[in-house]
Parts: sequence; structure tokens; C-alpha cells
Amino acid sequence: MRRLFVILALLTFGLLTFALYEGVVAAPTEQTMGEVQRIFYYHVPSAVTAFTLFLINFVVSIIYLARRSPRADALAVSTAEVGVVFCTVVLVTGPLWARPVWGIWWTWDARLTSTLLLWLIYVSYLILRRYSTSGQTPVIAAVLAVFGFLDVPFVYLANRLFRTQHPQPVYFGGPGSGADPRMTFALLMNMAAFFAFAALVCGCAFAWSAPGRTLKKLRPWKLCCCRM
Amino acid sequence: MSFSSSPANSTNANLIQPTASSAVSLSHVSKIFGRFAALRDLSTEFAAGKLYAILGDNGAGKTTLLRAMVGLAPPTRGSITVLGTPDLRAATAEIGYIAHPSLLYEDMSGMENLRYFAALYGIRDDRPCQHAIHAVGLDPALTRRVGQYSQGMRQRLSLARALVHDPKILFLDEPFSNVDVVSAREMVHVLAHMRDLGKTVFIVTHQAALLQGVADEFVCMAAGQISARTRDLPVAQERGAPPASTRV
Amino acid sequence: MSLAEITRVSLAKDLRLEWRSKDAINSMLFFALLVVVIFSFSFDPTAEESRHIAGGLIWVAFLFAAVVALNQTWARELRNQVLDAYRVSPAPANALFISKAVGNFIFVAVLETLMAPLFMVFYNLRSIGPAYELVVVAILATWALVANGTFFAAMSIRTRSREVMLPLILFPISIPALLAMVSATTAILTGEGSARFWVVLLAVYDVVFTTVCLLLFETVLHAE
Repeated sequence: MRRLFVILALLTFGLLTFALYEGVVAAPTEQTMGEVQRIFYYHVPSAVTAFTLFLINFVVSIIYLARRSPRADALAVSTAEVGVVFCTVVLVTGPLWARPVWGIWWTWDARLTSTLLLWLIYVSYLILRRYSTSGQTPVIAAVLAVFGFLDVPFVYLANRLFRTQHPQPVYFGGPGSGADPRMTFALLMNMAAFFAFAALVCGCAFAWSAPGRTLKKLRPWKLCCCRM
Repeated sequence: MSFSSSPANSTNANLIQPTASSAVSLSHVSKIFGRFAALRDLSTEFAAGKLYAILGDNGAGKTTLLRAMVGLAPPTRGSITVLGTPDLRAATAEIGYIAHPSLLYEDMSGMENLRYFAALYGIRDDRPCQHAIHAVGLDPALTRRVGQYSQGMRQRLSLARALVHDPKILFLDEPFSNVDVVSAREMVHVLAHMRDLGKTVFIVTHQAALLQGVADEFVCMAAGQISARTRDLPVAQERGAPPASTRV
Repeated sequence: MSLAEITRVSLAKDLRLEWRSKDAINSMLFFALLVVVIFSFSFDPTAEESRHIAGGLIWVAFLFAAVVALNQTWARELRNQVLDAYRVSPAPANALFISKAVGNFIFVAVLETLMAPLFMVFYNLRSIGPAYELVVVAILATWALVANGTFFAAMSIRTRSREVMLPLILFPISIPALLAMVSATTAILTGEGSARFWVVLLAVYDVVFTTVCLLLFETVLHAE
């Protein structure tokens, strides 16, 4: 188990470094937007990672409600926490990118609003976990996670409807259209790196929750030292 | 209401199988809150038709044990069988429960409270409510709101609430606390009568002396386990139950 | 006793208790009034503009007031831990949920009936669209708030700062419903745009989340 952790950690570190290089240095500069466009290599992978983690959280919460397995709960917490981190990255990099490029910090389109809502919902999930005095916090949190995720399609629908009724500022669909293959490569590298990171952290939480252990707050430096 | 009896939740050979006449049996029951174990690997059996006094210091696990047997605090490990079924939800119709708070609505009268709780057990008729309220020595015609009752009256009404559906087992958590001596003695009398009718009665109390001569068994708890079970109060006190208190 | 009968009995009990103590209604009414007055100072619209923003203001005011009611009706079950008496009885959990949700619906509906004329007065409102459409929106919207609200209030019982926790977990999830109810109300008041899709969205939201609430309430009620 420890070897697996070390291998995965090294892989993550390698991927992150390589992806950083690809994104910031190697990928070609975008024609119209300039260097600012490089935020895209962080913005999109973070969004994909966050959404995947929240999806996993939803599935694992349902599994927890059915089976009451503490490992499912540990995975639920970790995916929520890491998901919120990545979601925060999305919400911060978005405006940072939008402002110089399109002149606006924010717009209430379907994607941005859905992301903000996801962030709000999962932050409220984490707050509930923190403030709960119940002996069965995982049950209550799992229920909230189910509600939260089921809400997402409604957010998307409501916002699309809103958008058709209130014309949004026009901006083109992103540099995916006719992109240089090197840019796609950089994007995919970053995505792989973020997924590896998420897998590392959540995997540790899952491993640490094996029967007989109590899951405490993850302290990465301790993970390297103690035996698994 | 259907009482579906689900199969025993384990065929573990270590499981203590309840005997036919046991009201409640516990098998390796542990209850852990965070890092604190309120009950530690408790295994025991309580026969039907007896009055058990559960004694012990604060923090010994008495209330937790009661709540576990009633189904409010499912054990972290182990299993509890009540009236032959491990599915405590199925046994709820046969259980009466008094907790330390009164479990009553302050803004309704005694009979209104009883009628509501009786309805939860499927009782549409007024007569069981009248019967229960008479049994505890309260006046059914009283329209005063429970919020204005004295503590003694409130505890009696709590007992009436626990009795209204004629349960087979009664669980009482400190029913005599802050109650005047007369009310306390009357409640003991009622509870002894319930035992004589064939009900099983569990009473958690600090006032062991009130139950002397009435209780069939004194169960002493300490640190989440049962330290002694004896018919004799002085022996129970020797083994660590708190001294008989004259303060009621 | 069947689910319907126990629901009826619980609802009757809640209405009787509310009638005697008037905890929820009084605090809710006064709070809503305060919110309306504060909004009047914060947004000072002309008669024309008021139709465009009134929808949003009304529903935000009702949302905050509903939270007051939701907290109060559950607080009643926690005094003297009466809820434990329900939990140890064989009565089905959903009966409690439905009775509480319907009770809250009635209280908030009373609030809306009393506050709506007040809004009309303060903002000099006259609806361009038909009033009955507003009633339909109000019914669906109120149920959306109250159903989830009742459920989440039950969840927040077991937290510190219980009364703050309810809005924290309820608001994010209610946002699509809120958007729908505000947009529908605005569309009807101003006569611009169609409220139909919003009403359908609200109806679907109500159905989906009421189902989820009914499926999961037993789990939440019996969590320690």
C-alpha cells in the first residue's frame, strides 16, 4: 500500500510539473487573447475534475445510505473537500480570464451559474459536516449530498431558460474551436495531472478508512512517515 | 400497522441467542460516540415479567443502554433483540418509554397529549387514555396546560403516555427525579402493579431506596458494562451503586 | 392507523398548538413586514420599474419569513424532546413529514395572503397578467420552499447553531426554484414573456424533491 502511494505521489508530481511546463511554456500562444489564455489550461481541467468528484460524491453517498460503510463515507468527505478546492479554482480563474479578454468579470450564463451553485451546495455540505452534533453525521451529510446533486440539472435548466429570455454578452465558444493540437495536448496533460492529484488525496482517505483505523484530518507529511 | 419481523441480522456463532422467555437480550453491544465508548461489549438477557432497577454513577451508560433498547440509539456493534425480534422498529408498539425530559407538549392539556400519543399507536378510542390517566392518579377532566403542571404531575402524565397503548415492556429513565415523595411512591406502586400484570419494567434511577422490596433485580452499571446483577439492594450498593438518596 | 389518519392527527395537533401559542405566525409576520419596509428603503422604484423588481422582492421576503416559520415549527418538537416520543412509536415517519410540511404550507400561505396586499400598496403594483396565474405560481413556489424547508429543518436539528444552519443548507438548493418563482411572477406582473416554462419547471422541481423527501425522511428522522 505504501509503495502504491509513493508511486502515485511521484506520478502526480511528475504530471503536475510536466503539465505546468506544457501549459505555461510549451503550448503556443493564442492568437487573439494572448498569454492570458493560458489560464484555460487550469480553468477547464479544474472544472472537469470538480464535476467528476462531485459525481463520485453523489454515487458514494447513495452507497453509504444503502450500506452504511464507513469507507464510503470517507470517500464522500474527501471527494467533497477536493471537489470544493477545484471548484474554487474554477471560480477564481474564470473571472481572472474573463476580465482582460471580454471586459466583464462575471456573467450569469448556465455554466458559470451551475458552477457557483455546485460550489455553494458543497460548501454547505462541508459546513453541515463540521457543525453536526449528531452521532450519525455521515447519514445526514449523505442525504444532503443526494439533494445537492439532484439540484444541478434544475440549476442548469433554469439558467438556460433565463439566458434565452435575457440575452447575454456574446463571446465565442472558447479556444476549442480549431485548436492547435499542442494546446489540446496541454489541456489533456493538465486534466490528467489534476485527476492524479484528486485520486491521490481521495485514495489516501479511502485507504486510511480501512476497518480498524479512525480517519483523522489528512496530514500529508505523516502519510509518508507512518506505516500503512 | 404491520409488525414485520425481519430475520436476525447475523448468524455469527458468537451471538447470544435469546431464550424464549426473555424480554430483551443484548449480544456484544457496544455504543461508541466519537472516541468515547458509552457501552462496552455488553451481553446479557432480561427475563420477561420482572422489574429491573438499573443503577450506576453518572456516565456509567444507563441512559445509553435504555435508549439503545428502545431503538433511539442503535448500537455501533452487536445486536439487541426485543420480544424475540432484532428489528426494533417492529417492536415499537409494545414499548413504552419515559425519558428525563417530559416528552410532552406544554401547550396542550393532559388528555389532549394522551389522545395524540394514543393516536400514534393506532388508538382511536378515548377509553385507554382515560384508563391510563386514572391509573397514574391524575384527573382526566383537568384542562390545564401541561406547562402549568407541577413536576410530579408531569412525570405522572409521562407515565400515562407510556402506558396508554398497554405495552409489554416499559423503559423509564429517572422517573422519580425532582418529584415529591408522595408522587414518587405512588408511581412505584403503579409500576409494581404493571409488573404484577406481567409487564417487564426497566427503571434507571439514582433513588434505589424507593425500589427496595419492589424491584426483582438491581442491575449495577459502571463504565459501560454491567458490574453486578443482584436481588439484594445492600449488596448492590456495596458493589458500587450510588448510596440510597433520600433527596427526591 | 393509516398514514393519512396519523398525518391528519399530527396536522391537527400542530394547528392547535400554533393557534394557542402563535409562535410561528407572529414572528413570521413581523419579520416579513420588516423585510418589506427595509426593501422599500433600499430600492425606491417608480411605479413602472416596480413591476420588474417586485417579483424578486416578494419572494425573497417570503423566503426569509418561511425560514422563521420552519425553525419555529421544529423547535416545538424539540422542547422537552417530544420528537423522541414520536420516534419510539410505530407511527410512520412520512406522516410526520407530510403533516409538518402541510402545516408550514398553511402558515406561509396565510403570510402570503396577508402580505401580498401590503406589497401592492407599498409598490403601487397592479398586475398586467391575470391574478389567478399568480395564485398558481404562489402555490407551487410555496410548496417548493416548504417541502425542502421542512426536510432540511429536520436535518438541521442535529447541528450546532441550528437556526443558522437551516438557511445555509436550504438556500443553495432552493436557488433554481427561487429563480423560477421570481421569473414567473415578474413575467405575469409585467406581462412580458411567458411564465409557462417557469411554472412547469417549478412543478417538476416540486415533484422530484417531494419524492426524494418522502424517500429519505425516515432515514433522517431516525438518525440520532
